[in-house]
Amino acid sequence: MDTDDDFMSNVSSEEEDMMPDDSDNDLSGDDDFDFDDEPDPDIDMQQDFGQKKKAAYDITFKVYQPQDIQKQQDDLIKEVNMILDINKEEAAILLRHFRWNKERLIEDYMEKPSQVLEAAGLSESSAEAPRLKSIPGFVCDICCEDEEGLQSFALKCGHRYCVDCYRQYLAQKIVEEGEAARIQCPSDDCNLIIDARSLDLLVTQDLTDRYHKLLNRTYVEDRDSLKWCPAPDCQNVVECGIKKKDLTRIVPTVACLCSMRFCFGCPNEDHQPAPCDLVKKWLKKCADDSETANWISANTKECPKCNSTIEKNGGCNHMTCRKCKHEFCWMCMGLWSEHGTSWYNCNRFEEKSGTEARDAQAKSRVSLERYLHYYNRYANHEQSARLDKEMYLKTEKKMVQLQKESGMSWIEVQYLNSASQALQTCRRTLMWTYAFAFYLARNNLTEIFEDNQKDLEMAVESLSEMFEKPVQELADSKLKVDIMDKTSYCNKRRVILLDDTAQNLAEGRWTFNVEFTNPTPISNTKGSSSRR
Amino acid sequence: MSASKRLTKELADCTTNSPPGMHISLPDDSNLFKWHVILDGPAGTVYAGGRFGVVVQLHENYPFRSPTVTFATRIYHPNVTNDNLGNICLSVLKPENWKPAVKLVSVLEAVRNLLVEPQPDDPLEARIADEYKNDRKEFEKNARAYVAQYAKGAVNWEKAEAGAAAAAGGATTSTTTNTTSAR
Ligand SMILES: [Zn+2]
Ligand SMILES: [Zn+2]
Ligand SMILES: [Zn+2]
Ligand SMILES: [Zn+2]
Ligand SMILES: [Zn+2]
Ligand SMILES: [Zn+2]
Repeated sequence: MDTDDDFMSNVSSEEEDMMPDDSDNDLSGDDDFDFDDEPDPDIDMQQDFGQKKKAAYDITFKVYQPQDIQKQQDDLIKEVNMILDINKEEAAILLRHFRWNKERLIEDYMEKPSQVLEAAGLSESSAEAPRLKSIPGFVCDICCEDEEGLQSFALKCGHRYCVDCYRQYLAQKIVEEGEAARIQCPSDDCNLIIDARSLDLLVTQDLTDRYHKLLNRTYVEDRDSLKWCPAPDCQNVVECGIKKKDLTRIVPTVACLCSMRFCFGCPNEDHQPAPCDLVKKWLKKCADDSETANWISANTKECPKCNSTIEKNGGCNHMTCRKCKHEFCWMCMGLWSEHGTSWYNCNRFEEKSGTEARDAQAKSRVSLERYLHYYNRYANHEQSARLDKEMYLKTEKKMVQLQKESGMSWIEVQYLNSASQALQTCRRTLMWTYAFAFYLARNNLTEIFEDNQKDLEMAVESLSEMFEKPVQELADSKLKVDIMDKTSYCNKRRVILLDDTAQNLAEGRWTFNVEFTNPTPISNTKGSSSRR
Repeated sequence: MSASKRLTKELADCTTNSPPGMHISLPDDSNLFKWHVILDGPAGTVYAGGRFGVVVQLHENYPFRSPTVTFATRIYHPNVTNDNLGNICLSVLKPENWKPAVKLVSVLEAVRNLLVEPQPDDPLEARIADEYKNDRKEFEKNARAYVAQYAKGAVNWEKAEAGAAAAAGGATTSTTTNTTSAR
């Protein structure tokens, strides 16, 4: 298989990053994590790919699985436990209080231990391991029970309550309020924090699991260099050292092991080549203008020749009317035959000039038309990507069918999978090229960009068309070769476009028709409701 | 139910040793989860001479869930909504601050203390808070007028509870209430 085939789909995460390489996973030096001490997010990921040289749009990142996240915390806790000679539960509470900045914790603790302990919700008096007790004559101040042999528990502060009340209190905090790192002693005006060991002693396994999950969440959310994978069922975490100020120069797309590709700089999915700030502006504009633009993204259009309604059901833009067999382009409604030879009037918006533009009304119409031009293509690729995804689900079925009919092995039909992946990824890139282009001021770089965009778009449409052929035709070995070639070509064109755009972005060579707003702070907080 | 024993004790403590300026009763003797409190306007404040009905509604998970405390009597105050709902902004009642060891009597004392010392920096009624900070004379005049109009004589619990029920019941009704009071 051509190595280029899988170039884009595995980006840099799967192989190298996930090797349980201890030297690489060593988080002991907090410098490794400090947002501002991080070396520039340049590219050292591609070494293992040998001949492949680093691409300008690649950034360094790592994917961690839940157990890695646990281990990182355990290691830090162990280290602080040894250096400061405090027990692990206290070390954990202190680290959380210092948002896992180990250096600052140690420094502050050495200087003024009692203030640090107090502020973090710990008491100084060292004590025995936590355990349940039954004390004669004890009355629980919460439930007022006083029966003989009532099991009770107290933190170091000595505020003692019955086990039942403690359990209900902890369940309320953990389950109902989603709190873990800062659960205090139930006593009024006591800010002592309940440690993990005491908690384990008091509650049932399911609550303990929930509690540790919540603690992991605060660990990730407390660190700027970590971010949850936004895929709905994924528990992985991505680490990336991208800085806020870099976001005007680089588009930090990362890829999770679950194949989710998302932006580390903002809450969106992969949006290369458009920088985060433009994406934000674009999405806002689309939301504001959605009513004017809505009709464009509709799923049906009328045949330009016979006016019968045509529904788009695949990702391909080459439409053939069932009734009159008229062939046209879904995007521009122009004749498809013209697209074939004189590529490509479809991706470029010619600015209207002269007299028309002088008239204020015409001017606003031009600006709306200009927006609609880009929005139309953006929305079209977005929709096609969705349809391609549906197609992908059918692909599996197709492949099984194909195996039966052609006698090909599972491995031999993987090319359809690769084609489907390529279509989705390339469409996503194309979609964002239109948002990007909307904000580009015209110059000779823009021409090159549009040429690259056109090349990729052409390749994608033609692959999309092949991909939707009936299974009988797909079994043809000539078509298989064509699909494989086209897949590889699409991926190559995408890399070229992204590389070129990213390089110009990094060097500040693009001229935009809008100002960048101050780099938005990286928010790695995953909505708490979605994570529970 | 674990809350019953605690509530019985709390109520007994309150009746035998009634906190100053408060009269506590149960509207329904068989239901420990709803208290009626009549709060005397603290002496030396603009609320002096008024009698304020306060409803304490307890969640079935009390004391692990915080109580809901509302004014049944209209009151002109930065931290109480200026409507028939009488919602109160009190930090001790917020879920993240609530502690199960806190007794109702100290919650009620905190409410009373709010009448002595309004907290205009954490307001529910921004306009009243503003007035409290910048035009104290006007604030005092308005607060006294409310006392004279609403807080004299017997507390009308039914009316207050009808307002609260309407607010809980449907948005339409509560909007009407709000518009009426705003005009
Ligand atoms: Zn305590
Ligand atoms: Zn108890
Ligand atoms: Zn993932
Ligand atoms: Zn972004
Ligand atoms: Zn037709
Ligand atoms: Zn076209």
